Amino acid sequence: MYVAVKGGEKAIENAHAWLAEERRGSTDVTELSLAQIREQLSLAVNRVMAEGSLFDPDLAALAIKQARGDLIEAIFLIRAYRTTLPRFGYSNPVETGDMACDRRISATFKDAPGGQVLGPTFDYTHRLLDFKLAADGEVAAAPEGSARQEPTPHITEFLKGEDIIQDEPPSDATPGDLTREPMEFPSNRPLRLQSLTRGDEGFVLGMAYSTQRGYARNHAFVGELRIGKVAVEMDIPELGFAIEIGEIELTECETVNQFKGSKTEPPQFTRGYGLVFGQSERKSIAMALVDRALRWEELGEDNLGAPAQDEEFVLSHSDNIQATGFLEHIKLPHYVDFQSELELVRKLRREAEERITPKEAAE
Amino acid sequence: MSEYNFAYLDEQTKRMIRRAILKGLAVPGYQVPFASREMPMPYGWGTGGVQVSAATLTPEDTFKVIDQGADDTTNAVSIRKFFENTAGVETTEETEKATVIQTRHRIPEAKLREDQIIVYQVPIPEPLRFLEPRETETRKMHSLEEYGLMHVKLYEDISQHGAISTAYAYPVKVSDRYVMDPSPIPKFDNPKLEMDAIQLFGAGREQRIYAVPPHTKVVSLDFEDYPFEATKANHPCDLCGAEDSYLDEVIMDDAGNRMFVCSDTDYCRSRREAGHVGRLAEEDAA
Repeated sequence: MYVAVKGGEKAIENAHAWLAEERRGSTDVTELSLAQIREQLSLAVNRVMAEGSLFDPDLAALAIKQARGDLIEAIFLIRAYRTTLPRFGYSNPVETGDMACDRRISATFKDAPGGQVLGPTFDYTHRLLDFKLAADGEVAAAPEGSARQEPTPHITEFLKGEDIIQDEPPSDATPGDLTREPMEFPSNRPLRLQSLTRGDEGFVLGMAYSTQRGYARNHAFVGELRIGKVAVEMDIPELGFAIEIGEIELTECETVNQFKGSKTEPPQFTRGYGLVFGQSERKSIAMALVDRALRWEELGEDNLGAPAQDEEFVLSHSDNIQATGFLEHIKLPHYVDFQSELELVRKLRREAEERITPKEAAE
Repeated sequence: MSEYNFAYLDEQTKRMIRRAILKGLAVPGYQVPFASREMPMPYGWGTGGVQVSAATLTPEDTFKVIDQGADDTTNAVSIRKFFENTAGVETTEETEKATVIQTRHRIPEAKLREDQIIVYQVPIPEPLRFLEPRETETRKMHSLEEYGLMHVKLYEDISQHGAISTAYAYPVKVSDRYVMDPSPIPKFDNPKLEMDAIQLFGAGREQRIYAVPPHTKVVSLDFEDYPFEATKANHPCDLCGAEDSYLDEVIMDDAGNRMFVCSDTDYCRSRREAGHVGRLAEEDAA
């Protein structure tokens, strides 16, 4: 009798057919449309776009549908699709100062030019299940104000005038591209930020939280959080000037951090930065905290040995597609290695027993 | 899948990978960083091997994929299908007929030839990783040829267990220079690493490619008084009677009876076709 391992191909096909059936669920229930996912599960769509590194709400909605709502699986689908897309070039840096803000708050100033705009936020909602929503999801139209026409200045700009916040000198250097060059350590801030913005929300959140709890604490104030749409412009060589090719929604967070000064730097406020696709508030704040923690060397701070200060540790483990792939690969057959281990353990056991037995006989 | 390029990857990406492969061949055993792409299968499931195969395959090639030595394990089936769909290359289960062989955890029993390429899937390319988790440190150790830590580890194994307690992914020194992880092949396969074929190693998640050119010296690390030993289960194959092949142990019933069969399914099949008979072969046929 030989336990057959043949038939892998048929088994795979059948498993996929079953998966498709499970994804659809009961056919008594109307099928989800991509538009429903895009419009009504928009924060899931945003997360998939952010960690998938591709701004396309329709594709993200498709990925969520195909992944049965498993967002990491959906992010994976988007990443795998993204690598096949040709690169036509790089856009100009987006100007978040010109953002049409849906939301813009500062925790450091009671009021500032541009005002405090709450926008569509969960903040201050009471987290009570709304059973009415189970029966009827229709809502009355929200009251509308008039949109601000002029650009909303960044809060940190006001601190800059006083020379009390760390200066971020502008640079025209072309940043590296995480998706085109292998990550090597030590890396640099542009690559760190790229890695964090596509990093797993849960991982980045946990890292940020650890800094708040004292592992490389750098008490952060949300200097500003803004969410809104910005224009994407690209230089077209044939035209000789930049044209607007589209619009994306972004969440930007700038933190202002306490800093008592170091051997190299005077006392001042320091900064962390987060920028994420879509309305991704938690992620962008977390990103800013981790960014700040990773800047210890540049600020002449002590390395406290905290995980969030360790660039190689943070960046090597933040990508959920890498992590989930490697984690789940242990489901694959390993019987060759295991056989090898079996032989070894049996041999070591035999030798250990031989060593023990004569001793016992002597006693 | 006509909307994708031959073998899935675009030509620019393949060129980048080929450069890394050539560099790897020029510096045997050195881990070349490369900008690994997301593939439509998960990291850790052979994306490095798949990218190396994609950059290596030509339309005239015949492709074989094995996992644990077998052509019919699920992931081998999946990768073979991927290239059937995206490259349209001919595939085979016969080691002899293949020009490119992608493998996970085994080297085929049949001797490979000069006109063949074997591509290994590598999970952790760094042989020093479990002694030193930091890439910045291990790269330094390689560049200084500082392998003392590895020898200390092997020595401690002997002093604690009486033997080197590494059974697979057994470290080797390539061309008297770099210590290399041969991927998680059983140490039984290590002597085969000196071969006529080109050996390419791809680690997708870790973004590394390395290589061993044909006829390159590959030495499994050991000590004079504790020489390296390629071990396998002390049985012949129960299907084909082979005494020289690596064996899988299969549990047959609730009483815990076992049988041993070749892990290399093609080797076992060809031996049985040539008339070799193992202990349980007749029952299998029945």
